[in-house]
Amino acid sequence: MNGLQRGSTAIAGVAESDLGAVAEGMSAIDLMAQGIQRALADCGLRLSDIDGLLCATAQSRTSGLSLAEYLGISPAFIDSTILGGSSFMFHVAHAQAALQLGLCQVAVIAYGSTQRTIGRRQASVREYNPYETPFRPFLPSTAYALAASRHMHQFGTTREQLAAVAVAAREWALLNPVAWEKKPLTIAEVLSARMISYPFTVRDICLVTDGGGAVIMTTAERARSLKKPPIYVLGCGQAITHANISSMPDLTVTGALPSGRAAYDMARLGPDNIDVVELYDAFTINTILFLEDLGFCPKGEGGRFVEGGRIAPKGSLPVNTNGGGLSYCHPGMYGLFLLIEATRQLRGERGERQVADCETAIAHGNGGVLSSQSTVIVGTAATL
Amino acid sequence: MLGAAMEPAMDRTKESPLAVYQAHLDKGELAYQWNPEANRAVFYPRVICPFTGSDRLEWRVSAGLGTVYATTVTHPREGAPYNVALIDCDEGFRLMTRVEDIPPEAVRIGMRVRLRVHRPGGEEPAYPVFVPWTDSPRAGPVGEPA
Repeated sequence: MNGLQRGSTAIAGVAESDLGAVAEGMSAIDLMAQGIQRALADCGLRLSDIDGLLCATAQSRTSGLSLAEYLGISPAFIDSTILGGSSFMFHVAHAQAALQLGLCQVAVIAYGSTQRTIGRRQASVREYNPYETPFRPFLPSTAYALAASRHMHQFGTTREQLAAVAVAAREWALLNPVAWEKKPLTIAEVLSARMISYPFTVRDICLVTDGGGAVIMTTAERARSLKKPPIYVLGCGQAITHANISSMPDLTVTGALPSGRAAYDMARLGPDNIDVVELYDAFTINTILFLEDLGFCPKGEGGRFVEGGRIAPKGSLPVNTNGGGLSYCHPGMYGLFLLIEATRQLRGERGERQVADCETAIAHGNGGVLSSQSTVIVGTAATL
Repeated sequence: MLGAAMEPAMDRTKESPLAVYQAHLDKGELAYQWNPEANRAVFYPRVICPFTGSDRLEWRVSAGLGTVYATTVTHPREGAPYNVALIDCDEGFRLMTRVEDIPPEAVRIGMRVRLRVHRPGGEEPAYPVFVPWTDSPRAGPVGEPA
């Protein structure tokens, strides 16, 4: 049973900050603030309207404090939960709870990272784990590669099928003017790229970029008075299965299964009712695992499902329509961008890559090494 | 204060789970914990059992035999590619390790392996690696309790 009510809150404003390689000296908090200013402009609210602040970045231990100080606000509700790249989907559920309870009236969810500019090692320091570190796993790649090895072993998934995920993401990215990658990609190029951790080459792995953004949520009622059509939060679900890959119960079944189920239950929808699919593709195996665990194809069929361009721009299921973490942008904790893309698709703002007649979207966040999974289902007014 | 009841002394932990684990490795043994109520192995070593919440965890020494559950070859920017694997030990716990003595890409899921304790020396603590193993009655596993 979920205390959150379907459609009680909505996403009112969204924006990306600068992406890619940002100006020298920009901080993670600078990018959050830039995203917030743009998201406020998107919905016609002002900084003084914000009384709920939710944020996460690997570059600030107490990002809620830093961001509130920077903005000059003292929010009534504040939450800097950090669980990896899915943090922002957790924030959506937390913001919805706070809005429903009247703890705040306008909540902003913000993210920023300058990992490309300052270097990945500096942006996100790895903790020493005496049970893993001696074996020199190149994290997170090695952990996801271990999951891929199980999928290949159990279901016969091939490197070509993994590569098809990267190729589809690239085709979407070519339709996105702010995507990092600008050149076409073939399956052969994915396979022959520099090996990182078998079966992954560098093309099976997300980008290392800077970037940030913001999502503004408010009550459904208030959202209806703002500039853009509200995109309602229909369902939220979350699950944590482990922190380190050596403690993941089954490397082929992720917490997206229970998190998806909870989100579908709350939304009273199933995978067949979803028009746009945004999945956290840190690695090519992720898209396959989440398509399975969120019910778009049976367990083990994900590799065959993505073949032949099914999730590419002209395929039957639009997946990762911004080009994903693989080809659009990946500043380290990518989840927020899935919410931005889902919202803009449902508003019909996506130009060349707009999915026709879409009313519902799923934004699925992943954090750690398949550790934290959080699903958000959003819909237009027609879905209420 | 006069008359105030004495607070009972807390039962302090004298040796951390990691210290016990490491002391076994220094003797060439792979230790794990066992919860008799849950009838299950616990790994990595902890202060309380994740299945029951109990702090009554027993220490046991693994026979050092296991099966490869997952495997990859990680390619560093400099230096030779190396294996990283997850091994399911026969006692019912899983750990991250690597399989040695064969090329890293020759490690296969389902392969039987046995323990070899690696002692890098200096400041670096001992850690468990594995080597391929053919089950046969003649050879005894490394790391069996004395």
